[in-house]
This record gives sequence, structure tokens and C-alpha cells, in this order.
Amino acid sequence: METISNNLHPTPPAHQRTLSASADQPEGLRPAFPAHQRYWNEYVKEIADDRYFYERSCIRQTFFPGSEAAFLKILRDELGKDIRDEVNQHTCTGIGYHSDIVPLETTMTIVARLFSLMTEAGYKNYVPSCVTSFGVFSEIVHKWEEQPALLEKTRELLFKATGREFEIPENIAHPSDIIYKFRNELKDKMKYRLVNRYTGRPLKVVDHIGCHYAKIFPEKGIGKAEFPHVLAGMVESWGGEVVDYPERRHCCGFGFRQYIIQENRGYSIANSKKKFESMEPYEPDFIVSNCPGCTMFLDKWQYVIAEMEHKTYDKEGYGIPSLTYEEMAGLLLGYDPWTLGLQLHQVQVEHLLDKIGIEYDPDDKYRAADGSLLPSPEKPNNLQV
Amino acid sequence: MGNLSRLLGEDVRFHNALTSCMNCGMCTAVCPAAEFYDYDPRKVCDMVQRGNDESIESLLKSDVIWYCGQCMSCKTRCPRGNVPAEVISVLRKVSQEMGYFRESGKGRQQVELMERIGGNILEIGYCVHPDKMPYETHPEQGPVWEWYLKYISRVAPKVGANYRGTGPGALRKIPDDVLDEIRRIFEVTGGMELKHKVTGD
Repeated sequence: METISNNLHPTPPAHQRTLSASADQPEGLRPAFPAHQRYWNEYVKEIADDRYFYERSCIRQTFFPGSEAAFLKILRDELGKDIRDEVNQHTCTGIGYHSDIVPLETTMTIVARLFSLMTEAGYKNYVPSCVTSFGVFSEIVHKWEEQPALLEKTRELLFKATGREFEIPENIAHPSDIIYKFRNELKDKMKYRLVNRYTGRPLKVVDHIGCHYAKIFPEKGIGKAEFPHVLAGMVESWGGEVVDYPERRHCCGFGFRQYIIQENRGYSIANSKKKFESMEPYEPDFIVSNCPGCTMFLDKWQYVIAEMEHKTYDKEGYGIPSLTYEEMAGLLLGYDPWTLGLQLHQVQVEHLLDKIGIEYDPDDKYRAADGSLLPSPEKPNNLQV
Repeated sequence: MGNLSRLLGEDVRFHNALTSCMNCGMCTAVCPAAEFYDYDPRKVCDMVQRGNDESIESLLKSDVIWYCGQCMSCKTRCPRGNVPAEVISVLRKVSQEMGYFRESGKGRQQVELMERIGGNILEIGYCVHPDKMPYETHPEQGPVWEWYLKYISRVAPKVGANYRGTGPGALRKIPDDVLDEIRRIFEVTGGMELKHKVTGD
């Protein structure tokens, strides 16, 4: 087990830590580093080195199955790690829990069953693919630590329902934590960099962190909640430049019941729109998220806004591509975009691939697994494809 | 202490979620729901903290408690370490237990949520799944989604999925014995009881 910390910038003296950088302050009182570097610098998080138990995400399997496949491929083929893809796993019920149709006791026992699979397989490092799951696991383990009676009750309920027993994982890390941890090893294997090949400038990247990654338990996230560095660290290591825009921390608007119920979806799109309007002046080349819902909403709501209001947030009318971190990593490693599943995005990615200089076969985009050519999807009325 | 305050306090989440709110309004300032709805988590916390059962009952019967999107931004920012979104979870639980959720339009949406998400969990072991997201009710997913659903059995293997297959992988069929264990867990932990309360089945 290693801990991750940023030693590039030594922690400033204590008297400077509470000050904000300001040109109005006398030189001797100015902090040595901008606030965002100082806060992030003090963070430490444990991330296991190897032997991971992978738990799949309902949303990722639905919208980004290629990203889950890419994560496993990166860990196994690029990094030589042992990661188990368990056949008997299932939902963590997180979406149901946060929609208030699954009681806490039920979710705790379902989580316990997932831990029992890990225990049975001889693993101790749990890797939930979904940010909602990551939040659920962090919350439940925290409650068990605070209230041991709850843990005992959960053990009894699981045994009563299934005859199973379980151990609490020694380490729970999100897949984005693991990619972050090994970002420099991966960089050495990458075929491309996040650089605009036409201008030689770093690509401008919006990083969006799923709310349940660090807003519930800030210490569980790299960089904590206010200055999350998990995606920014990847972007910067791989040649890009992170866009720091006003609504960077704002929720994508999923809201569980606020999206699942059709008549509530105005909540969801309004929050995404707020983010798009905030990032637009910075002309980002793409968005990268570590939460499957966020990646999907920041893709699909651009399509809806284009169709409803004839508005896109790039200059050409194509929209801003919204990627998962595995799609970003996979593209740079030279994986085929259509095996990664980029044809399943509504905002098309070819302009981004061309900017990076990624080689791809446009004729393969809508081919089936057996190589046969499928009809192309209908074209939207307004969003350029 | 009134009956409703007592019920709220019986939830293991409650005392960590609301200990000493000073009504500063930081939660409301950062809340995405407060920007979209006529919603003010500061007022909700104040009302709950006062412990007046009459006020709490009106809250439990209103749309207000159903506006929160559970993003948890309030937890990060509360200077007193309260979690207004978790207070909301407890309020929603008691509203459903008492049957008060039926008295508001937003509350009655729980029936659909239970049938859809709860139904998915018990039937197939997923909260969401492409088979349960038809384009007709999800037009916001765009023509690419319509295309994917039409050709999913031919496209899924290309992107590494094991759609409706046996063995591991994305979108695999979850084995029947696993589904049986999930259902038994719902039976012994109160999940089924809540389902019956919400749907009336």
C-alpha cells in the first residue's frame, strides 16, 4: 500500500496557510503558492497497489461498457495488475437508496453481500466502478466504524438472508484513483499526448468530478472536495491544461429522482446548462468526468439544448465532447475509439481525435462486432454530427 | 417531543445529520435544488430542529422534501458538519412510513420510482439497464441511443460488453440464484415492506 501526495511544492509556513494570494498584500506576507496548490498539497490518500476486486456500475454498463472494459485492459495489460471481474456481483442499490425507495438497512446488507464475494474470492481491495457506489460504500463503512452495533446487525441480516459472512475491505478506491496513481507509468506507454497537433498548444480540458466522489467524505478523494486533483492530475501529466471555470464544482444535475422521473428532468438539464454557460468562454476542447452519470448528462444535455434552443457551446456547432477518464487514457494509449465505445456518444468526437492526431478508421464506427456495416444513427436537427 | 420528531430521531442517520444548525444558509447558497425549485434547505433544517410536530407533518406532506437532488454539496460546506441532504433522506423515509408522501404531487412520484428502479433491482439485479430505458421515454438520450438499443446485441460485444450473456462482463444476465439472494435480503431488511407501503400492493 502506498499513499499518494504531492511533494512537488513544499507546504508553506503555517502563518501563510490561511492567507489568500493578493497583490495588495506586502510581499513578505504573500503566500508562497496559490491557494489551490497549498490545499491539495496537504492531502494524503491510501490507494492499494494491486489485487483489486472490481465492482461494476449499473450506469457505466448501460452507457459506457467500453470504459469498464478499457479499465480492466489498462490494469491487466498495461500495468500487469490482478483485478477480479466477479460473475456473481450485482447492483449496490445506490440509485434506489438515493431515490429513497431502498431502506438503509437493505442497502447495507446488499453492500455486505458484495463484500462477501470479495472475501470469498480472497481479495481485500475493493474498487467500485461507479461514483455513487463509491459514496455508498464510503458512507456505510463509515457508519459501521462509528456505530459497531450497525455492523453487527448487518452481519446478522446478511447471514439470515443468505448464510454469508464478510470482511470489510482494507482499501476502497475508485478506478479514477487507480488511474491517477499510475498516471506517470501510463504516460510512458502513451502514443499520443493531450496537445493540439495543429497549434502545438496543450488541449484545454474541463474536469468534472462526480459529487459523491469527495463531497460526502472529502478525505476519500484526491485533492478533497474543494480542489479535487484526481482528473486534473491525469490531464496535466498527459500534456493537457485544466480549465478552472466558475461552476467547476457545480453538480451535473443528475439528482436521482430529478432525472429518473420524466417530468422532473428540467432540474437536471438546468444544472448542466449552468455549467456549459460557465465553461463556454474558456473554449474547452473536451470535458472529462469520473462519474458515469455526469459523463452521460454532459453529453446528452448538449444535444437537447441544441435541439431545443439552437445553442451549442463550441464555435462550430458540434458541441464539446464529454469523455470518461478511461476513454481519455485509452485514446492516448492508442486504443481504437470504436472499441472504447465513442460511437455511443451523442456529441461526436472526430474533431477531438483529429486535433490530437489519433489514427482511426471512420468506416469502422458503425460496424457491428462481426464486421458487418450497420445503418448510421439518425442525424439531430441542430447538433452537427 | 412529538411523535414525528421521535420517529425522525430513531433513524440512525438523524443525529449525525443535524446536530447544531445555526441557520447560516450556506447549504442553501450552494444547493442546486434551491436554484431550480422554491426550496431552502436552511428552512427545512430550522423547521426540523424546532421539533414542532404540526410543522413537521406539513413538511412531510409537502412537495418540499422531494426537491433535493442528493448531490451532498451541503455536506461539504456546512460549517457545523450537518448534512441537510441526509435530513431530507430521513424526512422522506418517515413520510413514506406514515403514508404522507401521497399528499403531494412530488411525493406520489415515489410510486413510479419504486416500480421502475425497485422493480429493476428485484427483477434483473441492476438499478438501470439499457433494456429498461426505451427511447420512447428517454428521447433526451438522442438518436445515438435509439440506434444503440436497436443494434445492441450486435454492438455490445464490440465495446467489451457481455449483453444478456452468462459469465462475467458488462450487462451480463445476473444468475437466478444471485437474484434470489437479493430478494431474500429485501425481505429480511425491510425493503419489501417499504415496497408494499409505497405501491400499496
